[in-house]
Amino acid sequence: MDGPVIELVDVVAVLGRFPALAGVNLAVDDGEIVLLRGPNGAGKTTLLQLCAGLVPVQRGTATVLGHDLRTQRHAVRRHVGLLGHRNGLYLDLTVAQNVRFWGATVDASDAEVAAAMIRLGVHRRLADLPVRRLSAGQARRTALACLVARRARLWLLDEPHAGLDAAARDELDETLREAVTAGATVVVASHELERAGSLATRIVDVVAGRVQPPTGAQR
Amino acid sequence: MRSGDAVTTARTALLVAGKDLRIEWASRVAVNQVLPFSIIVMVMFAFALDRLPGVPGLEDTILETVAPGLVWLATLFSLLILVQRSFGVEADDGALDALRVAGVEPAALFWGKTLALVAQLAVLELLLLLTALVLYGTSVRPSGVLLLVVTWIAATFGLAAVGTLYGGLAVGTRGRETLLPLLVLPVVAPVLIGATRAVEAALGTGGTELADGWPWLGVVGVFAVAFGAGGTLAFGPLIDE
Repeated sequence: MDGPVIELVDVVAVLGRFPALAGVNLAVDDGEIVLLRGPNGAGKTTLLQLCAGLVPVQRGTATVLGHDLRTQRHAVRRHVGLLGHRNGLYLDLTVAQNVRFWGATVDASDAEVAAAMIRLGVHRRLADLPVRRLSAGQARRTALACLVARRARLWLLDEPHAGLDAAARDELDETLREAVTAGATVVVASHELERAGSLATRIVDVVAGRVQPPTGAQR
Repeated sequence: MRSGDAVTTARTALLVAGKDLRIEWASRVAVNQVLPFSIIVMVMFAFALDRLPGVPGLEDTILETVAPGLVWLATLFSLLILVQRSFGVEADDGALDALRVAGVEPAALFWGKTLALVAQLAVLELLLLLTALVLYGTSVRPSGVLLLVVTWIAATFGLAAVGTLYGGLAVGTRGRETLLPLLVLPVVAPVLIGATRAVEAALGTGGTELADGWPWLGVVGVFAVAFGAGGTLAFGPLIDE
């Protein structure tokens, strides 16, 4: 697409009466994997939610995938996948039923749903298991398969490695690299700097609701 | 709303309803827990109200007289559990947030969840009515069948719409399990009263005329339409903020 996937200029967002974002400036280009780094309460999760159209912009200008978040906050949502601390799955449904449901929200074909399941390795034995019986890593992969089936162009991931064993973390990193190769852009908020840092093409520091200017090493 | 938008909304609503019913089919919560609960409520009513000694004319007929109200009361209690369950599956793993992020239209979500509740409530009410026939000695007069069926449909839609609307309101709050009955029960009082009077007329309880039931059905119908329209408009802001 023309221009940055995310472009935030002096963005202020308020949660209740608390200014969670206090003048954020950030531009993310197509195909990047950006790591948001910062202490708890710095505003990383709010920043991801704002980019997903869940938190309103109080001041400043914000554009995501060409949509102005002040006027088209709901329109951007169909193109964005936000994976937070929870997976957004239905625990009583099987893996295949979950991926099919989320795919159906964007009219994905059976072939697209099957391809998403194959890509995340949840297509064989796992397909007919209820999500309730999956391990944390398997459930995370299922959630990512749902994002793929939904054709999300911007992946916003909040602590995606949390609760995963080493093998599942490797699989997740590989999946994110593949997603970028397939045309997605990824923004990750993580405390696991070694793991997420090796994955990222750029690191952005978020402190007290603001994005810090890049140091020489981050540029 | 343009016709293309309406088709998309209807298709998404059916998708959500199908998903909710599939979850119930897989978990069997409605069959294994809600249905036995509602029948136990009916049996407990029977124990509590089987006789009113000293009340002339009501010693042996009290259950038959109050059966329509008891059926709707048992339905209301079951509605609360079904609504808790309907939004519990959305909250368990953050699926409601995922639906919002996926851009699923709130009106479609409202109607999808309402339709799934309608399907479950309709079956439940039918079984409760059969229970009343057996347990309370109630009988249906042939001329009242139409009124009974239309009341059944209108009241079920009204209850499901209110349940979904307030379920959406309560889902993001602390203590939603206790908040939901506080919100729902006062609001559905018109349905309880209207549906009870209409069913009394349909059954001929206490010598009620059939014609007396139609105005009460009107009350239930207006209620169902009002909450259907209100839910379509208000559900988005309710779950979004």
